[in-house]
Amino acid sequence: MSQNHVLKIDEYRISEEPYYLPLGKEIEIFEAAHENRLPILLKGPTGCGKTRFMEHMAWRLKLPLITVACHDDLTAADLVGRYLITSGETVWIDGPLARAVRTGAICYLDEVVEARKDTTVVIHPLADDRRVLPIEKNGEVLSAPESFCLAISYNPGYQSVLKDLKTSTRQRFVAIELDYPQPDLECEIIMKESGIDKDMAEKLVRFAGMTRNLKDSGLEEGASTRLLVHAGKLMASGIDPANACHGAIAESLTDDPEMLEAINELSASLF
Amino acid sequence: MTTQPLDAKDIEQRLSGPLSAVLSPRRTITDAAISLSYLDPAEQEFIIRWTTTLAHTNAELGFQFAHHAGDAITCMSQTDIETWIDHATEIYDHDGLFAAISFLEKPKQYADEIINRANSVQFDDVAGMLGIYINGLAGRRLTVDAADHGYTDTETVYLPHRISLFEDPALNRLVYKTMASLLWAQTWYGTFRLDAVGRTLEERLNCFERPRAARDLYEALECIRISACVERDLPGLSRSWQQVMALQGERHYPSHWSSIIERLQHSDATAETSLSCLPEIMNDEAPEPWIFQGRLVPENVSEVMQARMMRDKAAMRSALADITNEANKSLADENDSEESDTEALQFEIRTTKHPQLPGEVELQLSLGGQAMGVPPELKALLQSILQDLGGFPTEYLVAAGDNDFEPQAIESEMAGIENELGPATYYPEWDHQRHQYRRDWCALREQEIEPKDEPFVRDTLKKYHGELQHLRKAFEALRGENQLMKRQPDGDDVDFDAVVQAMTDLSLGLEMPPQLFTRTHRHERNIAVMFMVDMSGSTKGWVNDAERESLVLLCQALEILGDRYAIYGFSGMTRKRCDLYCVKHFDEPYSKQVEQRITGIKAQDYTRMGVTIRHLSKLLNEVDARTKLLITLSDGKPDDFDGYRGDYGIEDTRQALIEAKRQGIHSFCITIDDEARDYLPHMYGAVNYTIIDDIRKLPLKVADVYRRLTV
Repeated sequence: MSQNHVLKIDEYRISEEPYYLPLGKEIEIFEAAHENRLPILLKGPTGCGKTRFMEHMAWRLKLPLITVACHDDLTAADLVGRYLITSGETVWIDGPLARAVRTGAICYLDEVVEARKDTTVVIHPLADDRRVLPIEKNGEVLSAPESFCLAISYNPGYQSVLKDLKTSTRQRFVAIELDYPQPDLECEIIMKESGIDKDMAEKLVRFAGMTRNLKDSGLEEGASTRLLVHAGKLMASGIDPANACHGAIAESLTDDPEMLEAINELSASLF
Repeated sequence: MTTQPLDAKDIEQRLSGPLSAVLSPRRTITDAAISLSYLDPAEQEFIIRWTTTLAHTNAELGFQFAHHAGDAITCMSQTDIETWIDHATEIYDHDGLFAAISFLEKPKQYADEIINRANSVQFDDVAGMLGIYINGLAGRRLTVDAADHGYTDTETVYLPHRISLFEDPALNRLVYKTMASLLWAQTWYGTFRLDAVGRTLEERLNCFERPRAARDLYEALECIRISACVERDLPGLSRSWQQVMALQGERHYPSHWSSIIERLQHSDATAETSLSCLPEIMNDEAPEPWIFQGRLVPENVSEVMQARMMRDKAAMRSALADITNEANKSLADENDSEESDTEALQFEIRTTKHPQLPGEVELQLSLGGQAMGVPPELKALLQSILQDLGGFPTEYLVAAGDNDFEPQAIESEMAGIENELGPATYYPEWDHQRHQYRRDWCALREQEIEPKDEPFVRDTLKKYHGELQHLRKAFEALRGENQLMKRQPDGDDVDFDAVVQAMTDLSLGLEMPPQLFTRTHRHERNIAVMFMVDMSGSTKGWVNDAERESLVLLCQALEILGDRYAIYGFSGMTRKRCDLYCVKHFDEPYSKQVEQRITGIKAQDYTRMGVTIRHLSKLLNEVDARTKLLITLSDGKPDDFDGYRGDYGIEDTRQALIEAKRQGIHSFCITIDDEARDYLPHMYGAVNYTIIDDIRKLPLKVADVYRRLTV
């Protein structure tokens, strides 16, 4: 069967070490879980480094990483695969999950609560000790090799009651909780990622702390590490700090004009 | 066109027509016409046109306008005159001719007001932003309020109603910001901190011969010290301060102050340094204050601080008691037989300056020499104590004893009420100290709310007219109209994905599935939501109004969505009399009667939340819906007359919520209690609550929160 319109699995390999600074024992826990063939659940606010952590672990374990960004129209068939017709012939095309199982890769379902409920049907048998992926359409039951690893992520901070991870799902996973790093670590990350000096990075971290103070005053989330890195990159390219903070942080956090002004004032107070 | 100005005669002639109703031989327009004859033709036309227009409304108004227009045009632009006229007709419509005339008589005064308004910045314009700003900076939560002059009592930052020092409104805004930040800095850098033996600033300043002079000088010294602190920690803010100082002109200190200034600017300087410098300069005149300086009011601070410190101390000790209990338990688990005794162990809190974050301190709590993390709910409290005292006195570090209330004590008093009130439903209550339920402890009765026939609902809809449109749009979008359903057995269009798959199935020899169409369909939300509204005595007044307004807007929104909803108010007095007031049942359509019941909601007694939650979850469970929500609107902690407060109330409420969760009900709390972040996360869970800091925003926020919850 020709599959030349699908990426080769090797394309998913990560050859260079993605920068990741461990905050605790998460690397050890991930490795131990992988060794014991346990699936992993990453919890944490947006932009704290969940995806980067996955990339780093894929590199560390020398496995391909297949990432699926889940959305509310994602069905089980999108994950498993479907038949297509090519030149009068029906061809089975694996979905990302099936490909990961077949090749023993890491499959990372990002923001899994966004996906349709029927995806649990395919996640559950893979996530317990059976480690199989039944493909109903072609009557196949894929058994996952040693190296296959299922990881999902979700953000517990979302308040929507309609998007909660079911207990039966979450209890199959080893949970790793990630949060925004401690100030000194966060500072190091920003310096490394954006190339700005220590003084500026420290100020950015303090600025993040200020926005995180506002979480109960009308801001849904404080500035994430990712936003800080963005601001740092803008600053490294010569944008002045006030504009960098405004563009990369304040405007991404809120549309409320009063809140925007206050956040801008906070950054103006620091720089 | 000729550009010759009209002479007085022409003007009189043209005006006498429209104004004829109010003219008489003794009451002529001649004077006005003469004064208008000096104006240029465009202005004359402008005035004649407006006089005629006004005369259509009321001839006397036109007459008065013609008389004062000459003055008006010298002090206002034509657009301003137009708004002046609009304003006059508005006054005429509302308050009658007399009021309108007396308004038209004073064009100068109106002009002054406009000019002031253009430059000055009002408190309301900046309050929201500054409230967020100073809370973002660091430290204890502060609220912002208006007063006659700027000062702080360490919980509220008071700012003047209006600042119009400069021509440029941006500079006036800057003064607001610098003033708020300076007052914040006073609370953050310890201007009001108690000394080692617990004397307040007020007491210490009173030790001086002339306390008032001492206060002014102390304030000046503190300003020097604080601005040095700010320069180190917040360079950007420091620049704003300097900008305002520069506008004011340089401040000259007496020459012998220079060594003092140096001492104050040193990074080790504290409020103590300022106080110790005070005797040296007691005979000096205090330098002129900065325009954004505000004023120190040590009396107010003492009062507020005293109350807060009592509160903090009690909270701290009870928190430590919890930690001790936990530690006891885990110790007992470890060595089963041995009766452990942590009572003897001492709490200790070590503070270290944060290397990265200047001004921030890292706290390390230890029990009997063993380090333990600071629980997140304790952090704000510790921070507050540190801000007041600069450290942790030993009496704060003693766990509270078991001198809590005895619920049984009042039991006998309450017997007897039972019979008078008719049948009730009984619910258990959780006693966290005994770790068990008290059976049939609370008697709950559903009461009728007295409908009130007032135009409250209509007024609210009118008041929020503009916002309602937004709200409607937002909720209409949520309704998810016309969602495209794929793979339907029949429908409006062919589903190509499905057809392709069907063809492949067919050629594989499988059965072809019949679901080959797409259909647009209104998405079924299948949500039932119960609103539980606090009707306790503390909601009286503003809060009650805001709650009722919230309900009015919410009903509008929910009617659009078609979600099933019910509204109940709750209040009560002691466990024997827990009352629930039904505003709307699940099955009841929104009607005039519901509106009247909303209008009739009024503040009653206490808040016993546990029993209410138990009853409402029962009602909610009788409804068949996929998602069930219980939303509480409250203004404070659970609290009842017979000892249902503090931990007891919180723990029972938490237990009731856990029971609800087990039954598949999601709970959420919307509160306006500023202290709620100390206990709500424990009761409702870390993300299941929202605190609304400004009561005026409540009505719109409630609908918005609901929308976000069910997106």
